[in-house]
Amino acid sequence: MSTSVLFDAPGPRARVRNGLLTVVGAALVAGALYGIWAGFDAKGQWEAKIWQPFLRWHTWETWIIPGLIGTLRAAAVAAVLALAFGAIFGLARLSDHKWIRIPAGVVVEVFRAIPLLLLIFFIFYLAPQLMGGGDYAFMAVVLGLTLYNGSVLAEVVRAGVNAVPKGQSEAAYAVGMRKNQVMRLVLLPQAVTAMMPAIISQLVVLLKDTALGYIIAYVDLLNTGFKILPAALFGSLIPAAIVIGIIYVLLNMALSALATWLEQRSRRSRKTAARPVAPPGAGGIALAAGAGGAVAGPTLSDTGE
Amino acid sequence: MDELIKYAPELALGFLENVKLSIVGAVASVILGTILVAMRVSPTPVLRAAGTFYVNVVRNTPLTLVLAFSALGLSDTLGLVFSDQPTTNSFWLVAMGLSAYTAAFVCEALRAGVNTVPLGQAEAARAIGLTFMQSLTMIILPQAFRSVIAPLGSVMIAMIKNTTVATAGGFLLDAAATMKEVFDTTGASIPIFLGIVVAFMALTMPIGFFTGWLSRRLAVVR
Repeated sequence: MSTSVLFDAPGPRARVRNGLLTVVGAALVAGALYGIWAGFDAKGQWEAKIWQPFLRWHTWETWIIPGLIGTLRAAAVAAVLALAFGAIFGLARLSDHKWIRIPAGVVVEVFRAIPLLLLIFFIFYLAPQLMGGGDYAFMAVVLGLTLYNGSVLAEVVRAGVNAVPKGQSEAAYAVGMRKNQVMRLVLLPQAVTAMMPAIISQLVVLLKDTALGYIIAYVDLLNTGFKILPAALFGSLIPAAIVIGIIYVLLNMALSALATWLEQRSRRSRKTAARPVAPPGAGGIALAAGAGGAVAGPTLSDTGE
Repeated sequence: MDELIKYAPELALGFLENVKLSIVGAVASVILGTILVAMRVSPTPVLRAAGTFYVNVVRNTPLTLVLAFSALGLSDTLGLVFSDQPTTNSFWLVAMGLSAYTAAFVCEALRAGVNTVPLGQAEAARAIGLTFMQSLTMIILPQAFRSVIAPLGSVMIAMIKNTTVATAGGFLLDAAATMKEVFDTTGASIPIFLGIVVAFMALTMPIGFFTGWLSRRLAVVR
């Protein structure tokens, strides 16, 4: 249902009312914006001297870009590992053998249920005990993100393979393929197409969650930009938050746009018989970005968790 | 195991704070999310744009940044103070940040629900002369809510897990911060970690089951 059917094409009275509502709405929005502006102004947050550092290359070079690299590095490593984890455990959960299926299911369900920050803390404190001194912030962030997002991706993989119509595997068996061939040559290629949007939505979540590294002092964008930078450039806390927030939003929106585009493409595509898998709504620390029309595909097991 | 027993009272108190945060967050985010979804489907372009902007910005910002900004930016720099008591103040700041963040996801879930309501329902509502607000509150939203109970349950489960990020907002009484403090003295302890994880699962799993059951029970038969 498109939202426009909620109201009629406006007649004269409705036009007046809509006009009034628009004015009132605009006034409310303007009021809120003015409130924010005035609040900032009262505390001197619009002074040029605290914004100026962000126009200098030095600021970007010293703090923001190294932080961004830290964030992207953690996200990239974790994404690769999480995809591998998700593929292995997702397929393991689909196995015909009970002794593979059940342990894999337990692992996936447990890691999905653990609050990610607790997992990161635990790894952060456990690693030095197992492997001696050192800086384990990167490892804790990456491993935590891998285990959590990998478990969610495992569910995506499972849902993706299950979304391929039964006739496909039946036909494959009928032409004499073995189990391995059916999965590798028939089910997975179609499932991957259907899963793509959900996978990318989950990668947005992963990218966003790298910010948790801030809490254990991993050198990421939030840490360099929001802790170290404002301390070095005294008083630039609010501008720093805004600049960093914009960077995060742009990064994530770019990824989300990719997911939406892929979803639309795979919906048109005839390469797969499976309908697109909905992004897992059961996200953990941060929900799946849920690109538009989240209920379009078959929903994941999030319903019966 | 001894460590878990020794520190259990402290950890339980910490966990209680997570429960309190969850309750406040659940109520506030559902209210705010409903307002946001009403804005996003309203006939007024300004409100629609404002709602869309809010949701897109907030759900793409890391919660850690939202909470750290509430504490350092809103409270320390801009002087938003809920209470003179530092812990109470940070509790409400975190609750506010968490609700503002979760509301964006509640809004998205509800909007997906609005999209599942068949066209004919809205057309019939218009045909019998209901205004936008009437058709929204009497026809569309009741059906939308019923169809998104399970996804809303997932949003709430995620929100409960998110209460652990309260540390970033300077609220140091919750389970995650307590666990970190205990680890500082004992080192990583598997029983303690598992104890807290089990506590969280004991909180989230019934919600999952309950909302799953409720969504089947209240499903709109079409």
